Amino acid sequence: MVAQRPPYAAIFLLSAAVLSYEILLMRIFSLIQWHHFAYMMISVALLGYGAAGALVTLAQKPLTARFARVFATAAGLFGVTALLAVLAAQRVGFNALEILWDPRQLGRLGLIYGLLIVPFLCAATALCLSFTRFPDQIPRLYAADILGAATGGLGAIGLLLLLPPATALRASAALGLIAGALVTWRPGRRAVAMALGLVAGALLALPPAWTSLQPSPYKELDQTLRITRTRVLAEVSSPLGVVTAVESPQVPFRHAPGLSLLATREPPPQIALFTDGDGFTTINRFDGHWAAQSYLDFLTSALPYHLLQKPSALVLGAGGGADILQALALGARTVDAVELNPQVVTLVQQTFGDFSGRPYSLPGVRPHLAEARGFVASHDQRFDLIQVALLDAFSTAAAGLHGLAETYLYTVEALGTYLDHLTPGGLLAITRWVTLPPRDPLKLFATAVAALEARGIPDPGAHLVMIRGWKTATLLVKTAPFTPAELDAVTAFREARGFDAVWQPGMDPGWANRFNRLDRPWFYEGATALLSADRQDFLDRYKFRLTPASDDQPYFFHFFRWESLREILALKARGGLSLLEWGYPVLVATLAQALVFGALLTLLPLGLFLRWSGVAPAPGDQREGQNRDRDRALERAANFQPEPAGPLGTQPLHGQRLRDEPGQGRQGQGLSQVQDRPAAGPGRGQVPGAGQVLIYFTALGLAFMLVEIAFIQKFILFLSHPVYAVSLVLTAFLFFAGLGSRLSARMHASGQGCRGTRRAALVIAALAVTYAVTLSALFQPLLGLATTAKMALAVLIIAPLALAMGMPFPLGLASLGDRRPALVPWAWAVNGFASVVAAVLATVLAIHWGFTAVVVLAAALYLLAAATFPGGMPDRPLGPCQPSYFTPKTSAQRDRLKPAPSVSCVTRSAVMVPWGFTVICASQ
Amino acid sequence: MSRHFLLPALLCLVMAQSPFADEFSRQREQLMTAIADLATETAAETGRPAFSAAVMAALTQVPRHRFVPLDQVPYAYENRPLAIGHGQTISQPYIVALMTDLIDPRPDQTVLEIGTGSGYQAAVLAELVAQVYSIEIIAPLAEEAAARLKALGYPNLQTRVGDGYYGWEEAGPFDAILVTAAASHVPPPLIRQLKPGGRLVIPVGTHFMAQYLLLVEKTADGQVSSRQILPVSFVPLTGGGKD
Repeated sequence: MVAQRPPYAAIFLLSAAVLSYEILLMRIFSLIQWHHFAYMMISVALLGYGAAGALVTLAQKPLTARFARVFATAAGLFGVTALLAVLAAQRVGFNALEILWDPRQLGRLGLIYGLLIVPFLCAATALCLSFTRFPDQIPRLYAADILGAATGGLGAIGLLLLLPPATALRASAALGLIAGALVTWRPGRRAVAMALGLVAGALLALPPAWTSLQPSPYKELDQTLRITRTRVLAEVSSPLGVVTAVESPQVPFRHAPGLSLLATREPPPQIALFTDGDGFTTINRFDGHWAAQSYLDFLTSALPYHLLQKPSALVLGAGGGADILQALALGARTVDAVELNPQVVTLVQQTFGDFSGRPYSLPGVRPHLAEARGFVASHDQRFDLIQVALLDAFSTAAAGLHGLAETYLYTVEALGTYLDHLTPGGLLAITRWVTLPPRDPLKLFATAVAALEARGIPDPGAHLVMIRGWKTATLLVKTAPFTPAELDAVTAFREARGFDAVWQPGMDPGWANRFNRLDRPWFYEGATALLSADRQDFLDRYKFRLTPASDDQPYFFHFFRWESLREILALKARGGLSLLEWGYPVLVATLAQALVFGALLTLLPLGLFLRWSGVAPAPGDQREGQNRDRDRALERAANFQPEPAGPLGTQPLHGQRLRDEPGQGRQGQGLSQVQDRPAAGPGRGQVPGAGQVLIYFTALGLAFMLVEIAFIQKFILFLSHPVYAVSLVLTAFLFFAGLGSRLSARMHASGQGCRGTRRAALVIAALAVTYAVTLSALFQPLLGLATTAKMALAVLIIAPLALAMGMPFPLGLASLGDRRPALVPWAWAVNGFASVVAAVLATVLAIHWGFTAVVVLAAALYLLAAATFPGGMPDRPLGPCQPSYFTPKTSAQRDRLKPAPSVSCVTRSAVMVPWGFTVICASQ
Repeated sequence: MSRHFLLPALLCLVMAQSPFADEFSRQREQLMTAIADLATETAAETGRPAFSAAVMAALTQVPRHRFVPLDQVPYAYENRPLAIGHGQTISQPYIVALMTDLIDPRPDQTVLEIGTGSGYQAAVLAELVAQVYSIEIIAPLAEEAAARLKALGYPNLQTRVGDGYYGWEEAGPFDAILVTAAASHVPPPLIRQLKPGGRLVIPVGTHFMAQYLLLVEKTADGQVSSRQILPVSFVPLTGGGKD
């Protein structure tokens, strides 16, 4: 049962399976738990790749000898555990909401980590072993792997459009089993393959109830379904989330966030639309009679309609259609309704069209399926009113769960774009939840002040009005100062509905705290401070972060400040947990975990192995006598003759990358096929030390992911759609980096590895920084282009950068393979570990310094890598490159010098994207 | 002589009847001390220097461990919310005390509760006012709570399963209404069922953390206003203490 030929198809399938599995896992845990905890769990699970590196290193010989069996077993185990891990994890009973109350929850979280790591460990073991078993075919294996990864990534997005996540997961698991079956398929010996195929078929045929997802009982959908006679009417799934439509005839929904206490009419019957089981919006029943919709005039968001006569309105985030009905009920002449999720529009217009009265096709309404910011930026039309709807749920806003999510809706630049699209005298209206102590509304106010100042308006206060009820606040922004008549209308609106003024030009401070009283008029005091010369002092002293978000730091929901954490935690037993903005601390905890678990799972076992096998990992390590003896034995066994001294007069080192020969060196211990290079004598300085290797591969692992994540963000604005942007940018990066890797094989073979890496690093640094600084300005005039043209342009921009980014890793690994082969798996694990850390680190860095800074750091890391190339001179990092270690003389020798096996074994990591859906980046 | 015998005997009798006789008496005392301390700390936010003696006595009387599932009993007297099944929680005792105190309960009052849950808040109210009506939306939870409250013996407490949005029309108007269920808005029918001078309290936030309490007040002439009360001593500005 030994595979004679490399299993390209199996590798392709397994790679696709594992990548799609990770995307689906992220979706599933966002459904049954909450997004930020899902991110946390999967970041740790990914370290299973690192653990697989350790496993393969420690047991390389026995595993390679039984390649087909091990591959089939590992792929099969991946298939089975992929499903079992999810089913078991959701029965652990972890409750994220209780994590600070109940220490038992931490143990349960740990158990989930343990479960989820298993499938990744299995799949990575099979993939890594393939490269080890067929080192002569690495470029082709690599091509199969990277193409599989790209297919899996895009396939998962496709699957999510067609199937519910739990069903898609089964397909992903079955794919793993089929990969195992392919490896074992031999004429006359088909039993194992058929057994694996049968298991795959069984997975697909399992009754849906067996693999049904069990969401946390604290998610709103689960709670709603406990009410008598509630039922799910429809459920649709897409990469944007699972949308569940629910009716509750016995206890109607009556969703009217922030309805005035003075309202007398209740909302009409509604159907609730839950996204990922939480945070519902509603479809109102509309039968042509406007009286039933009159409650819409008692929301804070109704204010602009009392200042404008028959306006042309643009509703951003029209969702279930209530904002369309509000606009029409309150006199809008036309309504352009923009909604990102086509499935929501289908539910409203078709599935429940009779119930909803089809608001998107009412007279005067023009529907647009688009991302809100992109729609505004790419259209020239101006509107009397731009209404930004309340898009997120109160529960997530209140708990600070959006802290990590990038949003380009509420940045200074976004508000500037909206204002550019207003007619003279037009209004921008934005409604946010009232969070206490004041957060969202004050940050929005600060953002509007910054946007007005950016337009050169000297007195922003004259252009702003903000009112609040007990649950929502609405901001109005105008390019011209508000007129006295408009301000009178504001006052009349507030008084009639019992809303307070947060800010209104010329207001009496007594208006700030009359109807919805706080112990102090915190909102008014905040607004006046933000308009005063003391703004910076106020921002510094405020215990939540209110600094406006920008396109470079698009974290509107990031309110967390370290300075306040100690006080808030001290107040835990005193009801103070509600003050905690969860997103950021969870992110930092994720980073800390990735570092700790990464070190344990990858570095420690490998470090132990290196010590055990007599290869000290410290830089410039001295050889023990026994090693020198072993080295001499290895040299005797070498097939190649040493090269004469290189042109720079350095002492060339003898030897080669050794193949597995029984009884050779220390292989009798059954630890490794690959032994370290001898490094005694004057040539010792040319042998890369472990420290140098550590820096090089850590720098590359971090830098690749940082660049990739930063550019996904940059392209989201340009492509105006998160799914397009992530799919396209990832595929382009994968494809061209793969191409770059293939090109690098020639560089290495011709002894140009060090030089090639340095050139590539310079190209990357120059291109990345240039792009980071200029792309926003470059994109601005091109936003109106057709989507296909924008996509083509994006690929053209990414291609040279990704091509260069594909080179340093294989070149470095191949060079290391020549000089210290025993460090190759270690380098590979270090790189994979750094990629996982970088995926989290990118968000932390962007929150604090912005995505441009992330790119600049990545560029610096590439330059650092160039200076520590494991073939350069450690004592003269920027000195000339050393000559090639040896010159291959035969084609077989040249083949061996092609990029080392681990190119893509540990190269995946999670990337967080704004709409709460994670994809995998293949990195190097 | 007989007097010396009588006093310990009387004390034994009182202790046997009191909830302090159970194994949780020490924990309960500590909890009550913690609640009293928190009330003092948050005086500026709540406008109440201390919770009324009657409210504190009611919390002492009601055995919280009888209102939580068995696996949560060891934590019953910790000042934290606890899961009670059906995706519901029993509120942090301090929040229960604060909400109860905010409605200024008096022995002659009629109070409506929306969201019976385990029945703990209803039991606390029943210790304080003449009549309590409580509505629960989740049927199994309502049935469990009704059985529990019946076993504990609260003749002045009525429960039912149903929609709390329209209140309990035939029993209203109410002196106070407590809404412990999530609400996107204050239901207009509930405001209508509030007597002039009445108070309505809603905790706003998620299950395991109340972000703030909304206190709706109806004046004698029918005017309605609200107060948002942070249940924690926290000033959003450093160096910006209360004047």
